[in-house]
Amino acid sequence: METKKIEVPVMAELFARGEKPEYLFWVGCAGAYDDRYKKVTRAFTKILVHLNISFAVLGKEETCTGDPARRAGNEMLFQMQAFQNIELFKSYDIKKIITICPHCFNTFKNEYPDLGGSYEVISYTQLLEQYITEGKLKLDAGKFKNTRITYHDPCYLGRANGIYEEPRRIIKTLTGEFVEMERNRSFSLCCGAGGAQMFKEAEKGNKEVFIERTEDALKVNPEIIATACPFCMTMITDGIKYKNQEEKIRNLDIAELIAESLNL
Amino acid sequence: MTKQIVFALALLVTLVAFGFTITRIIRFFSLTRKGFPVKNIGKRIGIMLKVAFGQTKIFRRPIIGFLHAMVFWGFCLIIFGSIEMVIDGLFGLEKSLSVLGWFHDFIMAAGDIFAPIIAIAIVVFLIRRVFLHIKRFEGIEMKKISHLDANIALTLILLLMISLMGMNTAYVSWCHSLGKEIHGVYPVSQHLTGLFSSMPVEVIYTYYEVFWWSHILLIFLFANILPYSKHFHVFMSIPNVFLSRLEPLGKLPSMESITREVKLMLDPNAAFAAPPSDTPIERFGVKDAEDVVWKSYFDSLSCTECGRCTSVCPANLTGKRLSPRKVMMDLRARMKEKGPLMLKNGRDYSDGKSLIRDYISEEELWACTTCNACAQECPININHPTLIVDMRRYLVMEEGSAPGEIKAMFNNIENNGAPWQYSPEDRLNWANNLEINIQ
Repeated sequence: METKKIEVPVMAELFARGEKPEYLFWVGCAGAYDDRYKKVTRAFTKILVHLNISFAVLGKEETCTGDPARRAGNEMLFQMQAFQNIELFKSYDIKKIITICPHCFNTFKNEYPDLGGSYEVISYTQLLEQYITEGKLKLDAGKFKNTRITYHDPCYLGRANGIYEEPRRIIKTLTGEFVEMERNRSFSLCCGAGGAQMFKEAEKGNKEVFIERTEDALKVNPEIIATACPFCMTMITDGIKYKNQEEKIRNLDIAELIAESLNL
Repeated sequence: MTKQIVFALALLVTLVAFGFTITRIIRFFSLTRKGFPVKNIGKRIGIMLKVAFGQTKIFRRPIIGFLHAMVFWGFCLIIFGSIEMVIDGLFGLEKSLSVLGWFHDFIMAAGDIFAPIIAIAIVVFLIRRVFLHIKRFEGIEMKKISHLDANIALTLILLLMISLMGMNTAYVSWCHSLGKEIHGVYPVSQHLTGLFSSMPVEVIYTYYEVFWWSHILLIFLFANILPYSKHFHVFMSIPNVFLSRLEPLGKLPSMESITREVKLMLDPNAAFAAPPSDTPIERFGVKDAEDVVWKSYFDSLSCTECGRCTSVCPANLTGKRLSPRKVMMDLRARMKEKGPLMLKNGRDYSDGKSLIRDYISEEELWACTTCNACAQECPININHPTLIVDMRRYLVMEEGSAPGEIKAMFNNIENNGAPWQYSPEDRLNWANNLEINIQ
């Protein structure tokens, strides 16, 4: 099969040429540095190119939204990051932001407006679902048609922002074998990584949260556990390994499911 | 006339005692922080109708939620009967609201039907608490006194319902014996009159009087016990739902004091432009009961310790010490301890203790994933995560205290703009050699 190289558009370069993309694609720290999640970033970028969406990334100018600092109590650091980003966005006249990380999504959407940064913030799950509904993204239901897929709700898409159905609708267009875990949607159990837990050891207890959640998933016997958050992915992938199920169960992001089904 | 005087005195004692308690609690609120402006009244009324009167969130657990809803709706209807009793008692009348015609029939019938339903629900609740040892009612914060508190309140409600049924039955029997017109409709009690059938009319009337007085005096007693009990919930929960946070659960409130500082740091010129601040220097975050925003204290007073929050908390489920219910109970207990001393000795009073550490340990605070399951589950929209983060804010910004890895994460964000130790130069490495298949 023929391939084409993708030159990822960078905001500063476009701007220097006097071009302005419609969307800022905010990659996020996990999307930029986490080896596993970089694959998701790549998959989603392919989809953006496939859909001919006008976008650019900030590249080396991108920095943390401040979310983990804020949730760990460091409001000072959060606001420094926030004001820095808001200034940067202003300089590029950014109006619409697409995020793949639900934590970045939540921070931009709900928390930056208090500090003077109001944007149209779109989760990639919303964007993809919209393109599918409008018929602009045609998915080949063949590849995962008979694959048993379950979906783990990230807290910052679900409870935090009420995005429950979009990811499910996407998965259901890909497979006829979608299966819910017992705890789902607003009842979903956290993967254990939110609120800056990602960056520290858990407090003493009798179990790790990610194991508890992985067990929820294993109960419904999936071939794929779909996630939509970099932290959830780290936790669920660890859980699958802990349970020695990595031969049988894959943990894929929704963007990867789509890219794979389109053979991008 | 004697009856009226006794009643008026009882009512007066009730109101004075209640007024005293409420004034005291309002003074505790004066110690807390401002913030959380109450806007958007229309939307708030909508939420109140749905979540409080519609009991939507309690139905997240359908079976036991249904029983609670029955108790709640029953209370809402029975209260009209209680108002009638107060009017009757004060003015020496009998069934004074019967002037309302069909509405009176309706509220009497509703009370008569709901009383036994509530009684059954309460018996189920008591069985669950006393015999079944439901996990949700256990935990480090659930001391003997917490269980006693619950059981006393439930027993009082049961007695209220029994006295109401007794009153209705005796009333119907008494009317029957005298051939009097019955005011109101009593669909359940009218079938129980057999209990009084062989008694002389005066005895039946005495029973009626005894039940009537027991019922109203129990209400007076109940009203005055509630503010000292977790069942203060009965008064506080509807207003608390009205005062719900209207923002998405994911949003944390911004600290304006920090915004001022950060703006000064980013633009030193603003220092000259900034008007002199006349607000006293506030502590960052929450260390003690008086540091909370008033709404958090309101939350804590509304909490009835049902434990739905804790039962869905990922940290608690996996054996960590954190329990969102405990956070609310601790705030309430700490205010009860420190509030009176502060009111007496002034705002700066310190008893050498604080909410953090003496009540809530750092270990508990750092175990929270801010997943918002607790806030989602709370039937009356209490918000625990904002309070937990407020306490982390104190620890981090006032004491510089945080787990080592968290401090490292802060350093990384400050130095490299990412929570991990990677160079900003590598931010775009993911895009290297990216190719797309051409279909």
